[in-house]
Amino acid sequence: MSYNLSNLLYLITIVAFILALRYLSNPAHARRGNQIGAVGMLLAVVVTWIKVGGTDWWAMAIAMIIGGGFGAVAARKVKMTAMPQMVALFNGVGGGAAALIGLAEIHRVLPEPGAPKVDISLAIVLSALIGSVSFAGSMVAFAKLQELIGGRPITYLGQQFVNGALFLGALGCGIALTSGVQDEWLLWVTVGAALLFGVLFVLPIGGADMPVVISLLNAFTGLAVALGGFELENNVLIVAGMLVGASGTLLTLMMARAMNRSVANVLFGAFGQVTAEAAAVAAGDGGGSVRSASAEDVAVMLAYAHKVVFVPGYGLAVAQAQHDVRQLADLLEAKGVEVSYAIHPVAGRMPGHMNVLLAEANVPYPQLKEMDDANPEFSRTDVALVVGANDVVNPDARNNPGSPIYGMPILDVDNAQAVVVLKRSMNPGFAGIENPLFYNPKTVMLFGDAKQSIDQLIQDVKTL
Amino acid sequence: MSHNTLLVFEVTILVLAIFLGIEVISKVPTLLHTPLMSGTNAIHGIVIVGAMLVMGLPHKSTYLWILAFAAVVLASANVVGGFVVTDRMLEMFKKREPAKKVDASQDGKGT
Repeated sequence: MSYNLSNLLYLITIVAFILALRYLSNPAHARRGNQIGAVGMLLAVVVTWIKVGGTDWWAMAIAMIIGGGFGAVAARKVKMTAMPQMVALFNGVGGGAAALIGLAEIHRVLPEPGAPKVDISLAIVLSALIGSVSFAGSMVAFAKLQELIGGRPITYLGQQFVNGALFLGALGCGIALTSGVQDEWLLWVTVGAALLFGVLFVLPIGGADMPVVISLLNAFTGLAVALGGFELENNVLIVAGMLVGASGTLLTLMMARAMNRSVANVLFGAFGQVTAEAAAVAAGDGGGSVRSASAEDVAVMLAYAHKVVFVPGYGLAVAQAQHDVRQLADLLEAKGVEVSYAIHPVAGRMPGHMNVLLAEANVPYPQLKEMDDANPEFSRTDVALVVGANDVVNPDARNNPGSPIYGMPILDVDNAQAVVVLKRSMNPGFAGIENPLFYNPKTVMLFGDAKQSIDQLIQDVKTL
Repeated sequence: MSHNTLLVFEVTILVLAIFLGIEVISKVPTLLHTPLMSGTNAIHGIVIVGAMLVMGLPHKSTYLWILAFAAVVLASANVVGGFVVTDRMLEMFKKREPAKKVDASQDGKGT
């Protein structure tokens, strides 16, 4: 296939990707958008295969079957709750591929007569570096969300210094390469340092902040892919990679804004490191006692309320309780209770996570209230039923300047007449922060797995 | 095309792509942030084209072949996994026709 023909066909792929992103902005045709993107991708793969398949077409097919097979099985089998770590995983392997291409390209261009052009070696170094950071960082994010390692921030003395030294080391090797030192092992050192940097960079970030990190690493991978396009002089890589790089950066900023924090604070703040001041205040508050209630008590509260607001959080996702919540809500509605759901933009592990889960359970959209619409309603709510949410209802975000989440907009459930918190135990949430809501005299706790608790509530409401 | 002409051309489309990327997603509702992240994740799977281009190079060493093979494996996991996960998420938004209209009208206000 000629250079011009393949580039024209790649242009169709680019248009498909742009349409895919446009369509993704609206729930009504988002799915079709994704399908258009997939068709565009298929076209690019087929075009490339015809173009360069040659004698290695079978090896390409085998590689695609292995990788694609793994991707398809993993993506099909994963539960909806585990989606965030799947996105992290697939993002990581994309970054890894970009880094490998960089390593292959440096091997190819260095022995060629005359030093490689500066822009080519610069693109190689940067794509290998950024791709490696994205790969290693995504794997740590995956491990944290999968709870293979603790979700809490891991910090140690001199952390920023070590990270800085590693990054500068990687950069130094890269600069040596671009300025004409002809040693391809320098790139391996760059990659090694960047991998380590990726790990150390994500380790100190708390699990609750992972969505922002994954979004940022997604943008990184996009950038690495775009740079790969410069190495290989390929337009479709440049445009598609940069589309992701730019949109991913914007998405990261939007998500950080939803949490009322700067991206720098998310990345370098070692979130969850409770300051001495906050610890003191929390200890003071902790003097209050926790009231726990039985499911029967809670069922009575719910059935005789006028207005009940469900506040879902990650606990709902973990317990897969979205269908049960819907059932309980239907039951309450049948008894004449006004039911709605208050959705915090960062409840769960990804922005919009709760919307996805509740959509799966066919909850009517008009019952889903965004934070700004939900908050004024709590004062005339009889019972706020918090299902596995913690940090997004923590009043410390409003009241305690020493709290790590101070300033984050929250759902003001404590304005409701009564608050019922469904929770597995008194352990602090994913971010590891105490929550004074639990000690509030208005609050009762219903301990246990969210799904079992809700099922019990359904039984008890039915018998009333 | 000389090397520098090509470079300038490539930088041009790179910069245009930055603005296009920002423009295209600047009005996305929070509701769709997760699928959007996942969808863009699938799109950077285009790195598979780069991996295939390296794999298709003539006269390559075994070393290069192995690197390229590994890159194609990783990139195809990115492509297939990315699109399938996104599709599964979006499947859930597709169910009720009237409800969607309500949602679309809220989007306009929200952003």
